[in-house]
Amino acid sequence: MAVEGSETGGNGFEPKILMFACNWCSYAGADLAGVSRLQMPANCRVIRVMCSARVRPEFVITALSKGLDGVVVLGCHPGDCHYSEGNYFTRRRGLFLKKLLEYVGIEPERFQVRWVSASEGAKFADTVAEVTRQVKALGPNRPRRNAQ
Amino acid sequence: MPKTRVGVFVCHCGNNIGGVVRVPEVVEDARHLPNVVCVEDNLYTCSEEGLSSIKEQIAEQNLSRVVVASCTPRTHEPLFKEACEEAGLNRYLFEFVNIREHCSWVHRHDPARATEKAKELVRMGVAKARYLEPQEEFESEVFPAALVVGGGVAGMTAALSLANQGIQVYVVEREEKLGGLVRELRTLFPTEQDTGELLSPLMEQVRGHPQITVYLGSEVENVEGFIGDFQVTVGSDGQNSELQVGTVIVATGAQELRPSGMYGYSTLPNVVTQLEFEESFKSGADLPPNVVMINCVGARVPERTYCGRFCCSTAIKNAIWLKEQDPDAKVSVLHRDVMAYGVDIEDSYRGAMELGVRFLRYDIQNPPQVLGAKRAEAVKVQHQLMGKEVILPADLVVLTTPLVPREDSERLSKMLKVPLGTEGFFLEAHLKLRPIEFSTDGIYVCGSARYPSSIPESVSQAYAAAAKAGIPIRDGSVRVEAITVFCDERTCSACGNCVEVCPFGAVELEEGKFGRIASVSVAQCKGCGCCVAACPSGAMQQRGFDDRQLLSMIGALAEGMVSGGGR
Ligand SMILES: Cc1cc2nc3c(=O)[nH]c(=O)nc-3n(C[C@H](O)[C@H](O)[C@H](O)COP(=O)(O)OP(=O)(O)OC[C@H]3O[C@@H](n4cnc5c(N)ncnc54)[C@H](O)[C@@H]3O)c2cc1C
Ligand code: SF4
Ligand code: SF4
Ligand code: SF4
Ligand code: FES
Repeated sequence: MAVEGSETGGNGFEPKILMFACNWCSYAGADLAGVSRLQMPANCRVIRVMCSARVRPEFVITALSKGLDGVVVLGCHPGDCHYSEGNYFTRRRGLFLKKLLEYVGIEPERFQVRWVSASEGAKFADTVAEVTRQVKALGPNRPRRNAQ
Repeated sequence: MPKTRVGVFVCHCGNNIGGVVRVPEVVEDARHLPNVVCVEDNLYTCSEEGLSSIKEQIAEQNLSRVVVASCTPRTHEPLFKEACEEAGLNRYLFEFVNIREHCSWVHRHDPARATEKAKELVRMGVAKARYLEPQEEFESEVFPAALVVGGGVAGMTAALSLANQGIQVYVVEREEKLGGLVRELRTLFPTEQDTGELLSPLMEQVRGHPQITVYLGSEVENVEGFIGDFQVTVGSDGQNSELQVGTVIVATGAQELRPSGMYGYSTLPNVVTQLEFEESFKSGADLPPNVVMINCVGARVPERTYCGRFCCSTAIKNAIWLKEQDPDAKVSVLHRDVMAYGVDIEDSYRGAMELGVRFLRYDIQNPPQVLGAKRAEAVKVQHQLMGKEVILPADLVVLTTPLVPREDSERLSKMLKVPLGTEGFFLEAHLKLRPIEFSTDGIYVCGSARYPSSIPESVSQAYAAAAKAGIPIRDGSVRVEAITVFCDERTCSACGNCVEVCPFGAVELEEGKFGRIASVSVAQCKGCGCCVAACPSGAMQQRGFDDRQLLSMIGALAEGMVSGGGR
């Protein structure tokens, strides 16, 4: 369920999460969530790309090493990519990236790949609520980076 | 090089943004961003006033980049890009920031954090804008033919309208006959016209038109390509034909819900749907003296929340017809509300009451019950006004069910790469602003494929879709958005990754000035960016989405976080 208004954890920690959304499905899904006035926590910031496959691993690593608390890549459901195969690359790259993050000592849960179609406004809102909750549970990314 | 001069325009969107996001604070924050030389807020940036103010500022402030923070690029980007162009600024020097759908509308109860988020989104937009570059659009030819999938009223009307503009049209119809659902109907509301009167001339014109080729008993098996050049495989009886078209119209209609298990349907022989009712009396079955219709069967319920829109009209039409055949017949319509919308249907509703059709409201919490073991004999319903149960004798029970999406719409939706909505009907680009187009260029939709539509509605949508689908064909070419990729000859290592991943075969390795490099065919590149992410040396870059631009957005968002100053 989408959450009304903001969710403030016990420690008051509000994560900042970067979201990439492909133009054809997920960005449209995010727009639909807006048009439907689905309320969600204000922790995610969307960057529009044409296809989820445009997101190179460096973007994720850079975002996390600059202290952002989470990165989510949103694309069309497998089989539905506007460019046929883009999201298959996204899926493969996602698995590889999680391993890489684990290797360099960043919680792999800080990075997620999700599928949201143009008609899934509610799924977009749920995804925002869910990743916000998950990243909140992980705590801030920043202090650990400072300590390194 | 002259200094980059960024202008930022923050929209209130009336109260839509300004009612949640504190726009003056966003404006103030933007003033301090690098290269920003002017910041304005507008009540409606997309209004005539807002657009002229963008144009004025471009001239007065000599702006070299424009950032608008307002609604969604999916509807308004062309408008703002045009304004830039009119003021002499290349349309690719414009950046859109969405602070409505992605901010004010979804954080209505948290103005403080919505305002913070809007500021950050504007910072990200400005950061990207600083790295934007002017681009030239590429013109691509449009093949002068159109495909219409589905030969019902909507498909036939669209096909005729295109063909009458002199455009070659292919109609692919799965059945052995044209006509769609309407072929099965007896008479038509609102005019009580005989179906044949409407359908026969339409079918004749389609069949006889020199510019229309009809494929009956055929299915679309595969679609490749983009606006201007779709390659379509049409299969009939195991034989395939290849067609080339510039645009495509989806007119595959819908089907009537068969409500198995509800009100004795499929177990009691005299419980039928409205469509079955029309079919049986078309072939002259005996008239039953007592008929009870139950509306909203399988509609406006949790598993199917929508209203079938014209099924009330169908019930009214059929009730009137019964009374006209046999004024002594007892006809009752059990309903939840009567959606007799518009002028004509409300007239028919009144007419039906005058003829003695009984309309009784039932409560969905306490629905009617069909009584009888082998056959339906009566219907029991709680009379809401009288506050007691009544039993209506029934020789025939007619269930009014909504149209539902065709079972295989998903297959076509995947082939064409256009979305279905939650209910399973085809989903247009925008309900109000782009009602008969998909967000994918060159593909349009009309009739009941989009949602249940009556014949007059299907016909007007068909005209609209045909008009839209005809524009690129008559222009002969379309401008292709300059979001294609290019390869930097000096850094490319000729690894071939890009060639490997490109879904469109747009990249090849070729001899260049500095040895072997990747070479992109701009006409084939669709701008997905797969190859950019796959390039190990950063040689491949996408116009409008290059690494510097996207990294600068990430940088702007993360600013101050590592040093501890994050919010
Ligand atoms: C019981 C009933 C009574 C009605 N009465 C009235 C009335 O009195 N007045 C009125 O205005 N409206 C009435 N309607 C509504 C009317 O039927 C619709 O307005 C009309 O059918 C819409 O036309 P269409 O072309 O969009 O779809 P359809 O009529 O459904 O035609 C779609 C066509 O596409 C074909 N097709 C589907 N999928 C494919 C595919 N993948 N490949 C190739 N071909 C395909 C189908 O075979 C069909 O021929 C009634 C509907 C019902 C159910
Ligand atoms: S048109 Fe009438 S019968 Fe059909 S779903 Fe709507 S209210 Fe119910
Ligand atoms: S952007 Fe996509 S279509 Fe264009 S060359 Fe790269 S992989 Fe091919
Ligand atoms: S992936 Fe990059 S380095 Fe490899 S051939 Fe393509 S452009 Fe050159
Ligand atoms: S376009 Fe959505 S994932 Fe490729």
